[in-house]
Amino acid sequence: MNRPAALWLAVGWGGFALLPWYGVEDGFWSFAWLFDYPAGADAAPALLQILLFGRWWLAPMVLALAAPLVVLWRQRSDPLFSTVLLAAGSFGTVCFLVQGFAIGLGGWEYATLEAFFGPLADRQFGMGYGALLVSASFLFLFAQGIAARGAINGDGFVIGSIALVMALVAAFIFFPVVRILASAFQDNDYNFVPYLFVEKLFSRDIWGVGCLTANVNCGVAWNSLLMAIVVGVSTTVLGLAFALLATRTGFRAKRLLRLLSVLPIITPPFVIGLAIILLFGASGTVTQAIEAITGTTPGRYIYGLPGIWLAQTLAFTPIAFLVLIGVVEGVSPSMEEASQTLRASNWRTFTTVSLPLMRPGLANAFLVGFIESLADFGNPLVLGGNFDVLSTSIFFAIVGAQNDQGRAAVLAIILLAFTLTAFWAQHRWLGHKSYATVTGKGDAGLHVALPRRVTWLVYGSALPWAGLTAVIYFMIMFGGFVELWGRDHSLTLRHYIDAFSITTGAGGLVWSGAAWNSFWTTIYISLISAPLTAAVGLLTAYLLIRQKFAGQEAFEFGTMLSFAIPGTVIGVGYILAFNVPPIELTGTGIILVICFIFRNMPVGVRAGIAAMTQIDKSLDEASLTLGASSFATVRKVVLPLLRPAVIAALVFSFVRAMTAISAVIFLVSANYDMATSYIIGRVENGDYGLSIAYSSVLIVVMVVVILLIQLVVGQRRIGRRDEAVNVAFGAGGAVG
Amino acid sequence: MKRLGLFMFAFAVSGLVAGAANTAFAAGKLTLYCSPQIEWCQLMVKEFEKATGIKVAMTRKSSGETFAQIKAERRNPKGDVWWGGTGDPHLQAAEEGLTQEYKSPRLGELQDWARRQAEQSGYKTVGIYAGALGAGYNSELLAKHKLTAPKCWADLTKPAFKGHVQMANPNSSGTAYTTLATIIQVFGEEKGFEFMKALHKNINQYTKSGSAPIKASARGETTVGIVFQHDAVTQAVKGFPIKIVSPCEGTGYEIGSVSIIKGGRNPESAKKWVDFALDPKIQTMAAQAKAYQVPSNAKATPPPQAPDLSQIKLIDYDFKKYGSSAERRRLLKKWDDDVSTLPR
Repeated sequence: MNRPAALWLAVGWGGFALLPWYGVEDGFWSFAWLFDYPAGADAAPALLQILLFGRWWLAPMVLALAAPLVVLWRQRSDPLFSTVLLAAGSFGTVCFLVQGFAIGLGGWEYATLEAFFGPLADRQFGMGYGALLVSASFLFLFAQGIAARGAINGDGFVIGSIALVMALVAAFIFFPVVRILASAFQDNDYNFVPYLFVEKLFSRDIWGVGCLTANVNCGVAWNSLLMAIVVGVSTTVLGLAFALLATRTGFRAKRLLRLLSVLPIITPPFVIGLAIILLFGASGTVTQAIEAITGTTPGRYIYGLPGIWLAQTLAFTPIAFLVLIGVVEGVSPSMEEASQTLRASNWRTFTTVSLPLMRPGLANAFLVGFIESLADFGNPLVLGGNFDVLSTSIFFAIVGAQNDQGRAAVLAIILLAFTLTAFWAQHRWLGHKSYATVTGKGDAGLHVALPRRVTWLVYGSALPWAGLTAVIYFMIMFGGFVELWGRDHSLTLRHYIDAFSITTGAGGLVWSGAAWNSFWTTIYISLISAPLTAAVGLLTAYLLIRQKFAGQEAFEFGTMLSFAIPGTVIGVGYILAFNVPPIELTGTGIILVICFIFRNMPVGVRAGIAAMTQIDKSLDEASLTLGASSFATVRKVVLPLLRPAVIAALVFSFVRAMTAISAVIFLVSANYDMATSYIIGRVENGDYGLSIAYSSVLIVVMVVVILLIQLVVGQRRIGRRDEAVNVAFGAGGAVG
Repeated sequence: MKRLGLFMFAFAVSGLVAGAANTAFAAGKLTLYCSPQIEWCQLMVKEFEKATGIKVAMTRKSSGETFAQIKAERRNPKGDVWWGGTGDPHLQAAEEGLTQEYKSPRLGELQDWARRQAEQSGYKTVGIYAGALGAGYNSELLAKHKLTAPKCWADLTKPAFKGHVQMANPNSSGTAYTTLATIIQVFGEEKGFEFMKALHKNINQYTKSGSAPIKASARGETTVGIVFQHDAVTQAVKGFPIKIVSPCEGTGYEIGSVSIIKGGRNPESAKKWVDFALDPKIQTMAAQAKAYQVPSNAKATPPPQAPDLSQIKLIDYDFKKYGSSAERRRLLKKWDDDVSTLPR
């Protein structure tokens, strides 16, 4: 008997004949469905759905589950074995998808089907665990079929993994994106109206250029582009200044720089925006000081591009720093020495040798800043004023009184086009030129000192900026302890008590603080999604680096795609795709977990790739030669060597899940409210004290969890430096 | 390596356990979409759970967001009842058949304006509170800029107020749409749009949310905000230097409403919620949550700080006409084309 095939077949039959086929209302894990199991219409497994409730469209799948039984005892090398598995797997999957998409809540989903078959009295809800197991079974039976044909050394584990990742990416990245594209051509009642797309695409509020000549607003597309370019340039310049400061000067407090660089990553969004309003707003501290000194009233200068620029530059400069520090360190001293030996001045060496060698890093840093800025949602929301950008316009097209899904989709497409172009440019431009200066040859020279004017420039830009960052963070911490931030600065613990009080009631402890509910949900969702993200990410990295198969590039593109998709776009896509059957997930915690997994997965992939290219393939081969399966090799050889990558992926996905807002704000629901969406609701309401207190607690929690993860997962036990964590942070920055 | 696997496992299990603990069995269930401020929502939920034993799952979103959500979910409603928020989207939901007819036994106890609105909607929504539109200004900023306190709508269009007035964008906010409809009913359509154009020159920002202008005014980010008067009261009670303006030409008002969502999963609990929301004892509690609207049940006591509707010159606001989708779309388009594109 072929064991893997038998196993997956058993899973399939279990899903088909035992577990409830449709999603049960109270959630599977409440087990409330057991009360009317197995004969209730809601909880019945597929087999009984066919027999008792006349859902005949589920019946063809019986064929696909029965056929492999016939060949189960045949040799794996028997052509019939693989043919039957391939046919059963693909036929089952097709039946599964067709019935799911054809029959929905109102019977037939498509008018043509209704015209052909006549109206259907029945309807289907979203699929449940039974359907999940059956579809997984079809997928892996198909994979076993390919393996039996001898592809990739007939390795069932590798082929199954590839199939799994592909199926997941198709379902949770491509499907939502396609739904968005489709809804751009629909009016609000789901009719296909192509001219609406053209009308919306070329509308004045997207592409208008009136602001060049008069005091009106320009189109949101131009606003977004302008913002992203300005922010990209400024973060790159400042990031370079910090990187030079840390590596090429005698600056003492380098550890402090590291600390400052991590802070913005663990800061919930819009907190920086709030601090900026209180410093530079019309009644802000700085503005008041300017008024007192100059006698003019600057007013509301901060709202709009200046405010967004300031907040985003504060938030994204550290990412540019992390991208650039490796590049600045990597410039070969011997090239600079060669330049000096040829009698070039410090200045000439810097401008003609050092700087050009940093070019790929600079381009990379710029594009990361550019993409981050386009995708940012929290800062434009708080500081935008009348300066509308794409990410916030998408949100308000959906939730505002105008409620225009088509417009949101069109804006999402434009935003997607911008980020994908930037992403493509990065890939394209940096992929082909060689800037390699770290080679195997002895290269032990010392870096040339910076020219004096550059040194002054570096100090002059980096230090004030570091000071500003410190002031802003001090303001944030301080804001949680004062009565009414900006007006009444008497010290109080009131906001912390409002948010996190615990009282003793009749039934023991009562979590009476207003924040507990969303706080525990956030921790719970983040804790579940972090290891899953790491697992999917590292598995993908393993497939990309260690295996060779057809379509690998497309596979890589697919897995990295979510990296370039801004959060608001993903949020809209998830709502459109997963609110109605066959996959009905809105209102659950699962949709949040899935969203986090696929938004943060690229970080796991990047960290895994970075770490895995350092591990020689001969180690795997030794294990395989000694007769271990590829699964055992991954588990016992590759994974232990990947500890830094595991840490990076765990930390990053946890932190991202705690601080994400742009996609989450669409996906939270009554039972699953997340900290960030709760905080933004309180910010809207003007409760700055509580918002700040809550954010400070989140920051502390993240620091504790990061330390805990490092402690428990531990170090890789080989005597080398591990840069994977830094690499991942730098790269991971580009997830909006 | 074992440690790592164990750790990942513990990580996931701790999450699952925490999740299982969340799903408790209860007498009944209700999914509530709540549009007023969160304190009021939480107070209502607490009191309702205490009174009925029904477990409430609540989401707070603005009325525009909630309307969008109910509409998006109409083929598969997730919510049972929608409580609070300005009446227009409730009427729109009634018009589009998203909500369900229900005649509460307490209808007879209500104020005339609440009964009239219920009739107009075919009993698909019912008023729970009313609040008059107006403006609020920051008295410290007003003195600093040596401006005279505005008393009428017309005062806000004076050149002296250039850059000092904030209102929400009528496209995204129910409050601002009420403002637009009010101005048109006060001045007539042609003059009303002339007014909006003149006002546009003085506006420093069109915010997204309806009450944001008065919050900005409280923190000194703008001098005047056009908002519902009870929102201005909330800021004044918090200790900000906010003064309230009831425009001399007359002003419109909103009726905050409650609607039962059609096709919801717990219709009986939803009806109990509506009866509960119209209970005079419950309506009287609003002031505890810093809500200063006038309650719809005639037996309820309005909060002492609430703007006294009998002292305000209210217009006979035509909810039927200005709440309809077609009129709304027409006016918003006209505002978009004629007003928002003008230079400032």
